[in-house]
Formats: sequence, C-alpha cells, structure tokens
Amino acid sequence: MTAPTCEIRLTVNGEPVSCTVEARKNLVDFLREDLALTGSHVGCEHGVCGACTVRLDGAIVRGCLVLAAQCDGARVETIEGLSDSGEIADLQAAFERRNALQCGYCTPGMLLTAQELLRNGGVPSRAQIREYLSGNYCRCTGYQAIVDAIEAVAQARNGGAR
Amino acid sequence: MKPAPFAYRKARSLDEVIALLTEHGENARLLAGGQSLLATLNMRLSAPKLLVDINAIDGLDRVVRKDGQLEIGALVRHATAERAREISELAPLIARALPHIAHPAIRNRGTIGGSIAFADPAAELPACLLALGGEVELTGANGRRAVKADEFFKGLYQTAIAPAEVLTAIRVPAATAKSRCGFAEFARRHGDYAMVGLATSAQVESKRIAEVRLAYFGVGATPLRAKNAEAALVNGSVEDAIAALARDLDPPDDVHASGRLKKHLAGVLLRRVAHELVEQP
Repeated sequence: MTAPTCEIRLTVNGEPVSCTVEARKNLVDFLREDLALTGSHVGCEHGVCGACTVRLDGAIVRGCLVLAAQCDGARVETIEGLSDSGEIADLQAAFERRNALQCGYCTPGMLLTAQELLRNGGVPSRAQIREYLSGNYCRCTGYQAIVDAIEAVAQARNGGAR
Repeated sequence: MKPAPFAYRKARSLDEVIALLTEHGENARLLAGGQSLLATLNMRLSAPKLLVDINAIDGLDRVVRKDGQLEIGALVRHATAERAREISELAPLIARALPHIAHPAIRNRGTIGGSIAFADPAAELPACLLALGGEVELTGANGRRAVKADEFFKGLYQTAIAPAEVLTAIRVPAATAKSRCGFAEFARRHGDYAMVGLATSAQVESKRIAEVRLAYFGVGATPLRAKNAEAALVNGSVEDAIAALARDLDPPDDVHASGRLKKHLAGVLLRRVAHELVEQP
C-alpha cells in the first residue's frame, strides 16, 4: 500500500511553503528532509529528549509529536529562523562564552526552550530555569553551564550588570 | 522509530467526527494534542488506519462556569489551563497539578480532554477529576451524556467512552469558601510520570474535615480512591488514615518502584496532604 499523503501550506521562518507530505510524517522530519532545515535534531522520537523542539504558532512544541499534516496554515519557526533574525543572539553568545554546549546535539532545543522562558518576562530563579528545561536532555554538560548562561541573559535583558 | 502509514482527516464538526468513528470503528483514532498518541504510534505500539484530527472543531476550547460547576472543554491545552484564572480560582486542585505534567513544550500541545480520555493510571488529571467528584461529557450519535468520574475509569487505559463517542468536556464542582485541596507526588525527575501521587479535595467546617476524597495515581490500573482512609480522616485521625491505606491500596511492582515502596510513599503523601487540608485559610 502506498502511504496516504496530504497537501499543506504553511510559513516556515517567515517564508511560505507548500508541499505534499505523507500523513504519517512528523514535523521535525518534514523540516529536515523536505526543507533541509537540519538544525532541529531527532533524538528519542517519543517526546522525551527535547532535541526536536521547534516553535509552532509562537509556542514551543516537540517536532516529533506533531504531524506535518497538522501544520497546514500554521507558522513554524526553527533554530535557523531564530538565529537569522538575531532574536536569540545574546543567548547563543552566552552559551558559547560559558561552554554551555559540547557536542551541540541538544543546543537548538535548549535555546528555543530558554527563549520561551525568557520571553515570559522577569528573571527566573535557577530552580525555575531547571524546571523549564526539564524536558530537554543534555548528555554532555551536566546542565550547570546552561543554567549559568540562561541566568546571565535573563539578568542582562532585565538591565542587570553581568 | 516511525509510525506505520495512516490516513489523516482534519474534522470540522463533531458530527463529522462521529460519522468517521462510526464508519471506521477501531481502525480510527482521535488526534487531539497527540502527546501520548503520536509517541505510541512512533513506537508502533498501535497502528490505526486513520487519524481524525479534532483540533479545528469550534467550541471545545472554552472554560465556563455553569450552575456551580466549572466546565473545561476537551481541547483546552494544559498550558492554557495553567494560565486560566477561572481554573486557579474555581478548580485550584487542577491548577496545582498542571505544572507536574511533563514539560512546557508538551503542555503547549497536550489537552485536558486527551489526558482524561487516555486515562494513564499514573497521570495527574484523571486523579484530579476523581478527587473532585467531577464528570465527563461524552458526545455521540444520540447526543450528549454525562458520566461520573467514579464510573468513568474502567481499567488500564480503559474508560466508559463508547466506540463512536467523543469526550467533549469535563465538569468539576466549583470551589467554595469551604473547599480545600491537596496535591503531592513523588517522581524521580520533574515532569516524569509519578511513582505515586495523591490528589485530594475536601470540605472543611470549622477546621474539621467534613468530607474528603483521596485519589491516588500510579498505584494500580486506574486512579483509585482510598475510601477507608477517607473515613478515618473525617473521624479526625491522620495516623488512622495512613494505617487504613493498607486496606485501600495494593500497588503492584513496576519499573519505577516496588509495591511495598509505593505503599510506604502513599502514607508519606497522605501525611503531607492531610496537614495542608486543615491548614489552608
């Protein structure tokens, strides 16, 4: 049997896209395989690791737990879009400065998750940062440097000196 | 892994959903938030032929106060519910439980109705519905019917939802000045399913518990009420209530903990929550 397909039209990082996709294809595979946006990574494929985190209509989601077919009419943003727009340039610089990544596999998901937390406003406590990141696994850093980087950016964005 | 092939339909009305479920029977599954369903499909634990996406159906994402009850539409997402003032004021138990569900990216998609319909025995919301003595609204070809939480959870992932019915809302009694609630769980990491959890609601009169419902999760095939412990709490003894748990609960061993450990932790949770119930303003 040939797998059923769907027609979808959406915007990805501000650009209109229309495609025919297999109904069973998840959003992160669609982004990587059909649009060559390989910054979003595929880890566990069942919603545990957070490597596939992308923004859907302004809120972060698991790219492996949303179907591309469901994104007809939606607005999707990936690490490529957030990088190009400069929206998270300060977070990226802080991650580099504090060695908050080693292999980098989790980093796009970490950045998108951190940005959503920081967009909620205020300076979150370290415990709140850890709780928000609880669904993003990093197997290299032990998380300390990641929390440091996010805390520093939260303070800087709120006018604190660091 | 990748899911087995399936067809996808975005339904525009409940009538369309019910017609599709009637036509396709067990080959069709409803897709709401998808945060449990798509994970199980990716692992090929099931292979439906058709997914019926209900996200575009109007009117299922409302939170409304109605005749002393709070009605929460099935498509209200966890993250929306966390921010809803009606829920924190009128169903504070649910507000307390929501942050324990998975992680922000999952709560942005996952729905209240999906959590109840999926009926994971270790999940927070089914236990909250049971603790609050709430009900679910099911819609089928013959209209709507309400099923009490006490009769809704039938077995492991099994509920009272009939084959061509859709869970369209949940309703819980709106909290009053006499209402108290307590919530606690043990999980190895924040956002994991609990090893053991406890959702409670009570009516308090002059610092005494007049009525209480204790709903444990992660201790059996469904969320479970500890009725002997409830009676002991109404009689005024937390220690008797903890002792009574031995008659109420018989948790099986699972990958998270032995049954014996779960039983012990159930008592620890009850001690914490019981104090909360009488000390709340």
